[in-house]
Amino acid sequence: MQFYGTEIPSRLLLGTAQYPSPAVLAEAVKSSGTGTITVSLRRETADGSGAGFWETLRETGCRILPNTAGCHSVQEAVTTAHMARELFDTPWIKLEVIGHSDTLQPDVFGLVEAARILSDEGFQVFPYTTDDLVVGERLLEAGCEVLMPWGAPIGSGQGLRNPDALRAMRAHFPGVPLIVDAGIGRPSDAAMAMELGMDAVLLNTAVAKAGDPARMAAAMAQAIDAGRAGFAADPMERRDMAVPSTPVLGLAEFA
Amino acid sequence: MKIIVNAKPHDLSATDLKTALNELGFACSSVATALNGTFVARSNREQVQLSEGDHLEVLAPMQGG
Repeated sequence: MQFYGTEIPSRLLLGTAQYPSPAVLAEAVKSSGTGTITVSLRRETADGSGAGFWETLRETGCRILPNTAGCHSVQEAVTTAHMARELFDTPWIKLEVIGHSDTLQPDVFGLVEAARILSDEGFQVFPYTTDDLVVGERLLEAGCEVLMPWGAPIGSGQGLRNPDALRAMRAHFPGVPLIVDAGIGRPSDAAMAMELGMDAVLLNTAVAKAGDPARMAAAMAQAIDAGRAGFAADPMERRDMAVPSTPVLGLAEFA
Repeated sequence: MKIIVNAKPHDLSATDLKTALNELGFACSSVATALNGTFVARSNREQVQLSEGDHLEVLAPMQGG
């Protein structure tokens, strides 16, 4: 699996927020087997708390995908991306331009505009978007080579609200890496995303807020592997009625 | 000179951004800066002069999803 020509070791991308402690975070990252973790930028305090966290991130050995979480305008997102590129020394940016503070729904118009600006500047943009096909096309035209449709609102754990739309995205963008970002709550949600043909899953709260984050991280990784294998194995068609699986031919007659 | 750093007012004697960061106690290698909404690269901090009332954002790596 490659994003922008870079091989990634796992189809699970893991967020680093909301864990009970840095030690639990490190344990969850390890047991997830992920090679890619998301981080943010926030105001530094004079005690240098950011430097300590940066050290924890480095020790995981994972590739960093910085986000623009919390940005509500194109300018905020672009400035944050510039700062992230310098700080993390990566062209990767998880681009979020948020439209509503209650639903955290992407502002897809601002998203396309910011994606174009950043792609032109050499960024490799991972846009957090809806499952709208036309928006997806515009993002690709803007220079994105990966799309990250939501499964459900960020942090909601509702699973996939609209599997049919994700299936349509898969059919419409056959060669484009698709990552379900946001809304995953349980391993079955992650497996379902993969069975629909998504290339990867990005999740955070489902692991961080589990009673045992490390165990849930491992469960998510297994679900993603199973879902991917299921997709690759080409599942049977659904039928409306029962069809006997045991041969009818040679059935004894006792009456 | 009074400027706003991460939404709090500060009175600084420094006139350029690099010296100001030192005066404010930030470890320059682990922060990124934006002045009045525009990113300022690490290599440009010495050349950037501050003005009264400037808004400076000093950001660092944090947990994120």
